[in-house]
This record gives sequence, structure tokens and C-alpha cells, in this order.
Amino acid sequence: MLIKRASDIAPSEITSSALFHRRREFIKLAGLGSIAGAAGMLGLPHTASAATRFADLRKGPYGTDEKLTPLKDVTTYNNFYEFGTDKASPAQSAHTLKTRPWTVSIEGLVKTPRQFGIEDILKLAPLEERLYRMRCVEGWSMVIPWVGFPLATLLKQVEPLGGAKYVEFTTLDDARMMPGIRSSVLNWPYREGLRLDEAMHPLTIMAVGLYGEELPNQNGAPLRLVVPWKYGFKGIKSIVKIRFVTFEPETAWMRAAPSEYGFYSNVNPQVDHPRWSQASERRIGDFLKRKTLMFNGYADQVGQLYTGMDMKKYF
Amino acid sequence: MNFRQPAARQIAALKIVLFLLCLIPLAHLLLNAWRDELGANPIEFITRALGTWTLNFLLITLLVTPLRHVTGLHWLLRLRRMLGLYAFFYGFLHLLTYLWLDQFFEWSAIAKDIVKRPFITVGFAAIVLMTPLAITSTKGMMKRLGGRKWTRLHRSIYAIAILGVVHYWWLVKKDITQPLLYAVLLGILLGYRALRLAREKQRQLAADPNARS
Repeated sequence: MLIKRASDIAPSEITSSALFHRRREFIKLAGLGSIAGAAGMLGLPHTASAATRFADLRKGPYGTDEKLTPLKDVTTYNNFYEFGTDKASPAQSAHTLKTRPWTVSIEGLVKTPRQFGIEDILKLAPLEERLYRMRCVEGWSMVIPWVGFPLATLLKQVEPLGGAKYVEFTTLDDARMMPGIRSSVLNWPYREGLRLDEAMHPLTIMAVGLYGEELPNQNGAPLRLVVPWKYGFKGIKSIVKIRFVTFEPETAWMRAAPSEYGFYSNVNPQVDHPRWSQASERRIGDFLKRKTLMFNGYADQVGQLYTGMDMKKYF
Repeated sequence: MNFRQPAARQIAALKIVLFLLCLIPLAHLLLNAWRDELGANPIEFITRALGTWTLNFLLITLLVTPLRHVTGLHWLLRLRRMLGLYAFFYGFLHLLTYLWLDQFFEWSAIAKDIVKRPFITVGFAAIVLMTPLAITSTKGMMKRLGGRKWTRLHRSIYAIAILGVVHYWWLVKKDITQPLLYAVLLGILLGYRALRLAREKQRQLAADPNARS
């Protein structure tokens, strides 16, 4: 895979989704391989500063023709408590996170525990662009063009053993790079988990970028989980450890408020958060709220994973 | 200006200045809306800002009496009504954003929310309880009710402020730093009154030995 470095781009200049969708026309027009170069020559607005743009992205499955949430909103309205609990904080303070070198340790019930450098992970599989809806447990949603590959591709590298039933993920826990960790708002490190079949589902991806570029730090660089039929907090960011286990792992939010956040956390308009309704959501950029869809609109793909399960009990 | 005892004219001027000062939060919000600087979720931003300023004005209103006692500036009392009315004004706008921008006047959903969501229940109760205070804030109403009745009615501001802080506490997802700050400030303001009341009672007992039994 080819990674090219863009240069001389002001961080304040942001690509609108309309421009983003027309990007291929511009490339053709300029007859250049590098989008950054083409955009530069044509004097087009750019995305965030020194981010690396991925070349030759494949269009992934499960697309949507819904309007994409503007890059500015995707990168300035974040829940990433390691950088503060305010939604504007991560964009302001996540620059302290160093994402190179970066190692992900895959361990637990596997035949061959392994450590992967981020460079190796990026070469594991062809990177795809996946346009997914993201529904936050707080009642807002976005449509984000992620760049990534199926999580299954990474998990298959280590050959899980028969006893492995769940996968546990852990975020980096480094107070020097993550100022929010000094507060005890959550029990650090941030942990998340999936059932093995959820983890292996083709919808579940490891994202390494968005809007065609490397992930901004505030969105969970250098790699994060995206599980589009679950509430956004399941999409654990800046992952350093993946562990195969037999029993259901305890997640950071279950630990913080067990009556409010369950292990499954599937998007479900019929099961309310104890303190607020989940029946509707505000798509960022929209004025009126819209109805929330079962499994965030991915019921056809994932419904069979939960056949016969009491979704109120296993919330 | 005589700082201890300003003239009526000076109080009037002071009221005009205060009136304009109290509009600054709203003006700031409108300016940000005009410049499209309310962030990715403007409706949440507006609702939060108006809610915060309702709480701020409730606390400022409750600060008047202790401030008067400590400084001896008794004319401060004459500014209190405006501060309380501003608390109601921002609270009403806060409610309106919820009804209009958040729920878009979907009355069945709103009714369900009020019954089912404790944080909305207490918030709604607070604004409902504030309404009679706003209505009876005029001189005419004060006279009609009579001083004692009026005072008793207006003591409900203590309950309203508590409901307001609880409303904030229950709505945050996890980080309770901000609601905690409001709870502490309100605790100080109400604690001051409780302490003063207790001391007053003690003094009365000491002055009247027959009352002791």
C-alpha cells in the first residue's frame, strides 16, 4: 500500500462532503495520482494538516447514500474521555498523543500470541472505504466514511483457540499523553468487548482513517473499532491490546454504571437508557430528530446474531 | 453617588445597567448562532447554555440576601426582583428550546418524557413552580397577597433551586464536576440561611427565659 505525505496544508481548511464526493473528478481532471497534489494544484480546500491520505481505497460493502456528516463535525464533536469529558476537548488536546511507534498486542486464548506494529497492520489487508451510520448512546448520530478493514482479518492472524468466546479490547493508558486520565471519571484503561461472532462479523471493522485520510487523534488514532449496529462507545479508540477470553469481559462503561450500560449495547429504539429515551436521534446537521432504527438500520445483516435473545435483559 | 444609600434616581440608573448586563448571555448566544459558531450540535448547545444561565441567575438571586447581610448594603434588595425574573426568563427560554427545537411540539412524546424521565420531571416541576413567583412579583400582587403570604410563597425558590441542581445532576452522563459545583454553591447559600435561622431562634430563647421549659 502506498502512503503519501501531504504538505503545506492549513489545518483550518476543511473539505466539504460535497467536494469529497467529487474528488475523483478532480483527480481525473488533473491526471495525477496524488489527491493531495491535485487538490494543491487546483487550489482546492484541504482536510486536516499533516494527515496522510490513503491512495487506492476500495469501495467497501454496506454503503449508504445518506448525506455524510461534514468532516469538521466528525473531528470536533467527540467523546474521548482520555482527553476530557467535553465534546470539544479531544480536538483541542489530543495532539499530545503520539501514534508512532505503536504496537498492538494480541493475546489470551490464541495459538500464537503476537505483537503487531501499526505499519504491519496497515499492510494486512487492502483498505476499504466504509460509509457507516454511527449512533451515540446520548441520542445523536453521524454518517462517517471510515477507512479500514474487517476486524476478522486481524483476528484470524493469531488462530483463536476453542475456548475463546469473547474478545476484549483495551485503549492506551498513558497519563502523559492523555490528560483526561488524571480524572477518575472512568476506571482506566478504557475497555470494551465483543462476542466472538460479533467480532468476526463482516460489518465489524478496524478503522485506521476517515474521509480518505489517516485517523485524526481525537477520533482514535492510530486504530479503533467500529461496530455500526452498536452504540458509539463500543467503538473503542487507540487500541493497544486485544485479548481472547472465555467469559464476558467487563467494559469500562459497565463498570462505571452497570444499570445504564450493558455488554451488548445494541442500538435499539425499544430499549431506553434508564434516564432518557432511545426512540429517536438527532443526526448532526439536521434540525428535526429522526426515528432510531433497530440495530441502527443493520438489522438485515446482524439480526440473526441475536435470535431468541431477550434484548431488554441483555441490553 | 452615596454608596451606602443611593438616591432613587441612582437606583433607577443601576437597574437599567443591570437589565442590560443580564441580557448579555442571550446576546452572546444569538451572536454565536448568527456566526454559526454553536458547534456540531447547536440545539444541544443552546439548551445547555440557557439551562446553565437559569441556574446562574437562581444562585445570583439567592446571593442577594447574604450579600446584603455581610455588606450592609440594603438597597441590593431592590435589584432582587429583576434577577429572579431573569432566572424565570432564561428558564422559560430553556423550556421553549426543549419543547420547540428538541421535541418540535410533539406533545405526546413531551408528556411521556415528563412522566418517565426523572431529570425532565424535576426540571419541569422547577419551571412550573417558578411561574407563580414571576406572576406575583409585581407590587400590586405583593399588596394583594399580603407580606406574610407573599414571603411564604416566595420561599419556594429554595425548592426550585434544589430541583434545578438535581435536574442538572441527573442529566449528565458521567462527569458530575459541573453539577457538583452548583450543588456546593447552593449548599453554601442555603446553609447560610439555615445557620442564621438557628442562631436567631437561639437568641429569642435567650431573650425570653419563659420560653424555656
